[in-house]
Amino acid sequence: MKTPKVLIDYKLCKRCGICSHFCPKQVFVCDELNGAQVDKEEDCIACEKCVIMCPEMAIEIITQKEE
Amino acid sequence: MKYTGKKFIKKDSLPFFWCAGCGNGIILACLVRAMEENNFTQENTVIVTGIGCWGKADDYLNTHTFHGTHGRALAIATGIKLAKPSLEVIVLVGDGDGATIGGNHLIHAARRNMDITVIMSNNLNYGMTGGQYSGTTPYGSITSTSRYGHGEDEFNISELVKAAGAAYVAKETIANPLRLQKFISRALKKENGFRFVEAMSICPTHYGKENRLGKAAEMIEGLKKNSLKIDLIKDRRIDELTAKIIVGEYIDREVDGYIKRYREIQKKAQNKK
Repeated sequence: MKTPKVLIDYKLCKRCGICSHFCPKQVFVCDELNGAQVDKEEDCIACEKCVIMCPEMAIEIITQKEE
Repeated sequence: MKYTGKKFIKKDSLPFFWCAGCGNGIILACLVRAMEENNFTQENTVIVTGIGCWGKADDYLNTHTFHGTHGRALAIATGIKLAKPSLEVIVLVGDGDGATIGGNHLIHAARRNMDITVIMSNNLNYGMTGGQYSGTTPYGSITSTSRYGHGEDEFNISELVKAAGAAYVAKETIANPLRLQKFISRALKKENGFRFVEAMSICPTHYGKENRLGKAAEMIEGLKKNSLKIDLIKDRRIDELTAKIIVGEYIDREVDGYIKRYREIQKKAQNKK
């Protein structure tokens, strides 16, 4: 499986830090100024914990199938 | 994910009006996913809300909605269901709206077994008006109207609604959104009677700040740590259960529902002539 793509909609993100706290693989880095940033996208296992926990529905994960 | 529920969300109205880290967004996401799971459509669903932070949820949904007055969302929903029983009526109330100001409507709707689903977001205070204490604020907590600690005990709303006779009562925290979605989905699937799901939420802006519970993520961890499944409480002492959030399905029983009984009465009245 190729690495999933983690997309954050910065128009919706309010920098609460929930996604970076609950990510089991520490994919995000979060600070109050810039909000969540995708840091280690290659570690993402597409568990979608961040998608479920994000209170703003701002995160989307796209899993591409290998051809 | 199998269900996203995005077809029920009005994309133009985003971002949500709620504060950073507010749990209401998680509950709303659970609700729309559960609605998609049960094949709800925009045409057959009516969302009725009251006033408060959670009452603003109808602004972001593209189903039929009715924004009612404070505490009276259940009265309005009863009217809608009786006028057109084919509609699915979902009521969104907060703890201030549903349990404190509209507490009487809640117990009587449950007693009557009105065929509606209620999703209560319980964040332990009146968030929108500045963090005053509500009927669910625990003893000893600091709010803007109880500066030296709250002197009253709180309601256990799920037990109250169960005792009032509701068909389905469940409680879950936002620390476990998939289980919350499952409970909402089961409530929506039931055909008859009053269905009630209490979602324990957080208010990092008022309740969390006043009681020094940390940021949103820490508050969610706190909910997770404090919650206890209902199957595990039988062999515990009562003093062990204070300040614990007891999650799970409180009751799931088959009842007639008010619409069915009302139709029977209508039939009797017609035959009498």
